[in-house]
Amino acid sequence: MGPTYWWMLFGMALVTYIPRMIPLTVLDGRKLPPLVTGILSNIPFAVLGALIFPAVFYVQEGNFLFGLIGAATAFLIAIFGFGLMTVVLGTIGVLAVYSLFM
Amino acid sequence: MERSEFNNGLRAGLSIAIGYFPVALTFGLLAKTTGLSLFEATAMSIFVFAGASQYISLSLITAGVDPLLIVMNTFIVNIRHFLMTASLNEKMQPAPKPIKAAYAFGVTDETFSVIATSKQDKVSSAHAFGVIAIAYGSWVVFTALGHVIGANLPLFLQAAMSIALYALFIALLVPSMKGNRKVVLLASVAALLHCFFYYTELLSTGWAILASTLLSSIIIELVYSKYGRAPIPVVEKEES
Repeated sequence: MGPTYWWMLFGMALVTYIPRMIPLTVLDGRKLPPLVTGILSNIPFAVLGALIFPAVFYVQEGNFLFGLIGAATAFLIAIFGFGLMTVVLGTIGVLAVYSLFM
Repeated sequence: MERSEFNNGLRAGLSIAIGYFPVALTFGLLAKTTGLSLFEATAMSIFVFAGASQYISLSLITAGVDPLLIVMNTFIVNIRHFLMTASLNEKMQPAPKPIKAAYAFGVTDETFSVIATSKQDKVSSAHAFGVIAIAYGSWVVFTALGHVIGANLPLFLQAAMSIALYALFIALLVPSMKGNRKVVLLASVAALLHCFFYYTELLSTGWAILASTLLSSIIIELVYSKYGRAPIPVVEKEES
């Protein structure tokens, strides 16, 4: 990957550490406005939506169906309440069978 | 006293270490398919220690996104830790700032949940270090192991593996969506916005994800605060 990767890694480490460190040291006890806390707690769910769609349909170039089957399988297994690893492995399993026979 | 506090922390953190095992292993596997070397993949787990953003960086690297944008996305995804350490500050015993700055590095969604729900009234720094040490160790070691395993997979499996990242994102999202309309709205609005930016070619991938995430979080929060509903609690079930 080269030196760019290491600069990126350094940046990622820095921007991850700062929000973890500031409230425990610099702020120490001050409260945030509720609107700000609300927006901050929304981010994890919003980012997942943006990450999944539409990219999931294009994981295999020119094969929309591959991504569609994968997404549907993952949603289905997850809705039934199975854990992370089961969803990931189950989806890979279904697509492995699909890639072998299609 | 300090030593037994640390050992109690290790014991409390064991469940996290076990929970991280598959997630770190999968990260190592995916890092391998993304083209990172064993050294590069393990270094990311050592220095960043934030699962969701590490996974996201892999999909952005694959999409050829500008590294600076990857860093910005990492920031947006990880500022939620700000909320956690802010609330953790109330739960921790007073300690010198360098000590607090040191364990701050290990605050993830999971270590936060375990420390914050501890039965003790005030948690000692040694206890926090114990929880974090075992979780962090598991994260780093199993990242490396996952990468080594990934190098030995057959080709048709490696093709199917390309879906793994998205399956993981879906597995993270779905449990929070159940019975929570706000989470469903947050994810759907962000997804629709990203589709809009994607098909109109208005923004490149990195910017599009950043903009859709922030717009959705702000719009939904404004709508909900206008109609006076309580904000959702901080996400509990998400990897590192």
